[in-house]
Amino acid sequence: MTREVEDFNRRLLRARDAMDRAYAEPLDVRTVAAVAHVSPAHFSRSFRSVFGETPHRYLQRRRVERSMFLLRETERSVTDICFDVGFTSLGAFSRTFHEIVGEPPSIYRQGHGPIVAPHCVQLAAMRPRMAAGETAQSSSFGEAISASVP
Amino acid sequence: MITRLNVASIYVLDKEEALDFYVNKLGLEKGNDVRQGDYRWLTIRVPGQPGTEVSLEQPGSPLHDEATAAQLRELITKGALGGLVFITDDARGLYEELKSRGVTDFTQEPTDHFYGTDMGVRDPFGNPIRILQQGKAAQKATA
Repeated sequence: MTREVEDFNRRLLRARDAMDRAYAEPLDVRTVAAVAHVSPAHFSRSFRSVFGETPHRYLQRRRVERSMFLLRETERSVTDICFDVGFTSLGAFSRTFHEIVGEPPSIYRQGHGPIVAPHCVQLAAMRPRMAAGETAQSSSFGEAISASVP
Repeated sequence: MITRLNVASIYVLDKEEALDFYVNKLGLEKGNDVRQGDYRWLTIRVPGQPGTEVSLEQPGSPLHDEATAAQLRELITKGALGGLVFITDDARGLYEELKSRGVTDFTQEPTDHFYGTDMGVRDPFGNPIRILQQGKAAQKATA
């Protein structure tokens, strides 16, 4: 019984790692669910129960974290950064960024310079926290799905 | 005054499987392997660096009751427990070597930063491992 839970957790973690690795690519829920060897619907449900948020939200927060990093550390334009981290429209990026961080990308950039901490520490610790009362109901990957359709 | 880190420990689901990964895949060497009754004191270390060892501990009796052990096993496989950071002299070379030995669970391919080049991988159970090739500036600072 517990071996099953452990094996399942490990497979979900492998799928989460795949999102952390390939956040810049057009990921869809089917591709990520396949890493864990489960159906897309089952994947989204169980990912949420194990990690506390949907895979869609996890990926959004990873992409926003990477955009925050690029806003702090580089001179790239907000539009370039939006596409660098895997968003496919500036509107969706700005909206998601604002919702998660609490301010628009350009304002965030003005208030923050480079952080001196190892990259792995930043990856792990700087990902924006879940907003209070966040429900994260979506079980799809939103606009990333349309991006993966040729 | 404390002079050296001697032993740190990580939790694994299975000591034998852990030993195979850390020695045959990652390239470390076995340190201590001592059995006392049911308990097996098993450590690994960087080859040629006997000063610091990593103890491989399995949740369960007599350290934990079964409910606690089950919680720990769940946390390990969620990747929620602490991991290890190693230094290499060639991150990209090691990355290719690990792939050729069948390692697949990379969390990050070798990536350049101002302090050096690092990569990430997980052990078979979910523990995170970072491997860093220090840059020239960082090497000077710690020399």
